[in-house]
Amino acid sequence: MNIVVCVKQVPDTWAEKKLSATDKTVDRESVDGVMNELDEYAVEEALRIAEASGGEVTVLTMGPDKSVETIRKALSMGADKAVHLVDDGLHGSDALATSYALAKAIGTIEHDLVILGVESTDARMSVVPAMLAERLGAAQLTFARKVEVGGGTVKIERLTDTGYDVVEASTPAVVSVVEKINEPRYPSFKGIMAAKKKPLTTLTLADAGIEADKVGLGGSATTVGDVAARPPKQAGQIVKDEGDGGTKLAEFLASQKFI
Amino acid sequence: MAEVLVLVEHVDGAVKKVTLELLTLARSLGEPSAVFVGSAAGNGGADNAKAKLAEYGAAKIYVAGDSELESYLVAPKAEVLAQIVASSSPAAVLIPSTPEGKEVAGRLAVKLDSGVITDAVGVDDGFTARQSIFGGAFNVSSTVSRGTPIITVRPNSTAPEPSPAAGAEEQVSVTLPDTAKQAKVLDRVTEKKGGRPELTEAAIVVSGGRGLGDGSNFALIEKLADSLGAAVGASRAATDAGWYPHTNQVGQTGKTVSPQLYMAIGISGAIQHRAGMQTSKTIVAINKDPEAPIFELVDFGIVGDLFNVVPQLTDDIEKRHSS
Ligand SMILES: Cc1cc2nc3c(=O)[nH]c(=O)nc-3n(C[C@H](O)[C@H](O)[C@H](O)COP(=O)(O)OP(=O)(O)OC[C@H]3O[C@@H](n4cnc5c(N)ncnc54)[C@H](O)[C@@H]3O)c2cc1C
Ligand SMILES: Nc1ncnc2c1ncn2[C@@H]1O[C@H](COP(=O)(O)O)[C@@H](O)[C@H]1O
Repeated sequence: MNIVVCVKQVPDTWAEKKLSATDKTVDRESVDGVMNELDEYAVEEALRIAEASGGEVTVLTMGPDKSVETIRKALSMGADKAVHLVDDGLHGSDALATSYALAKAIGTIEHDLVILGVESTDARMSVVPAMLAERLGAAQLTFARKVEVGGGTVKIERLTDTGYDVVEASTPAVVSVVEKINEPRYPSFKGIMAAKKKPLTTLTLADAGIEADKVGLGGSATTVGDVAARPPKQAGQIVKDEGDGGTKLAEFLASQKFI
Repeated sequence: MAEVLVLVEHVDGAVKKVTLELLTLARSLGEPSAVFVGSAAGNGGADNAKAKLAEYGAAKIYVAGDSELESYLVAPKAEVLAQIVASSSPAAVLIPSTPEGKEVAGRLAVKLDSGVITDAVGVDDGFTARQSIFGGAFNVSSTVSRGTPIITVRPNSTAPEPSPAAGAEEQVSVTLPDTAKQAKVLDRVTEKKGGRPELTEAAIVVSGGRGLGDGSNFALIEKLADSLGAAVGASRAATDAGWYPHTNQVGQTGKTVSPQLYMAIGISGAIQHRAGMQTSKTIVAINKDPEAPIFELVDFGIVGDLFNVVPQLTDDIEKRHSS
């Protein structure tokens, strides 16, 4: 099984996230970037499947130059090679444009499976995996907490509102994973050293056959209008329990008309 | 008036509250048409559903009732919507902002080459969607600048109000392309605990975390929740330990809730947990650690042992109810 795993560099989980004042895109310059947490689970799952069934794992990321840090991390975890889609023309791409560009880049890589995290912590849209399945004409196997691969089919347990669905498809398929699926490994020292020698291909729009007017701010189909920072929340009242904490809390709830 | 499509969320024909909210919202933007996909075997069949949709303002109800549509994941629903959009050119499509709803919206956006906006908390004139991003730190308004606006709207964004309309039924027969029939659903397993309000719809949510120490202690949470008519939530630590079903997990990879009152009990307030609850109107926490990050969010917090505080609180609430 050859696998493409899509990872995104996002602002550090605990960093205060901002929108750029000039074009209202996520400000990626002023904060440290990390690999989107859920994508670590995607990398782990890809490595496990490749280890069990043979095949290569290619990391794919679309993002500015500094996203190469995230590529390095995935390579240190054990991925075989990487593709970095980077071009100024991609800046400001919305989900529709991002899924188009990623699909084009995936088209340059031989693969049976594409694995992603279910959601990025910055956009929080949770749509790119389904959009990729639609674009690639591949089976959609998303929100997986368990993936089984064998004999050209892939079977997952998909988390749902009320439990889970068992869903099966033949390859090629697009799989997105939740955090219940595995425990991502830490890169070892050996892995970090090895990563430096692994092949990394950089693609521009032209290299990937991406039409420039379908990506970036201009090619996106959504426009951000007004942005307003919410006034800071007033500090709440915190009371130490002196034996009457439950009663105090009941009084508060009553004062707010919840009881 | 411009037609606005609303994708109906239902379980075997029982229409979810979020659908009624979306119909109410759609009435302020144009003339709502409901799109019902599925065979609705239970709950009195599609008839009950149709009556409900008409009651809340659906002028038209498109019914795609072929049972084949339910045998494959997500893709058929996007296909149904795409075919209706092609034949009726609506002004916009509104879809509940649930994990599946967002996926349907994403696929539809690709099919139509239209913009998609997710997690709207309101939609104004001109289909301007209001969103709350970065954990509620910013309010943003966005519009779709190409194609038919596709907007997913969060549950609890609008108060549902009846306003009877014709509910004229129109059967749609959809031919699924092979690409929509790749992901076969072999089984649907229900793990949910019944009997309490739905997490995403409830006005009050009471959640328990690792501080409970053991699954059996969730009885304390349930008793408190029942005294308030609340839904029960859980942190990932609690669901991963098997103390409560994952369907009740609140957070980044669980459910996003935005109730009038959220109570976090024995929950530290990790960023992934906050991601699912920090836009709640009023937040209350009980935690024995005064440094727990959850206290940064609260309107009212008790530093104390939940095993003392919760029973006293529940008793007090019950006394107030009976007096
Ligand atoms: C990719 C990813 C996704 C995640 N998604 C989610 C998600 O969707 N939802 C989620 O919740 N988490 C999620 N997490 C996990 C999250 O990071 C935390 O680990 C989790 O929320 C912790 O749960 P907790 O607060 O119950 O446990 P802890 O952090 O262990 O906190 C327990 C709290 O209970 C208090 N306590 C203990 N005993 C008592 C007592 N007797 N009385 C009062 N207080 C007591 C302690 O002081 C402590 O603050 C995710 C993590 C990752 C990496
Ligand atoms: N720019 C990107 N480069 C690579 N992968 C991405 C990118 N954007 C999104 N993804 C993948 O799509 C998943 C869902 O993202 P989203 O739909 O934005 O919440 C992420 O977890 C990533 O695996």
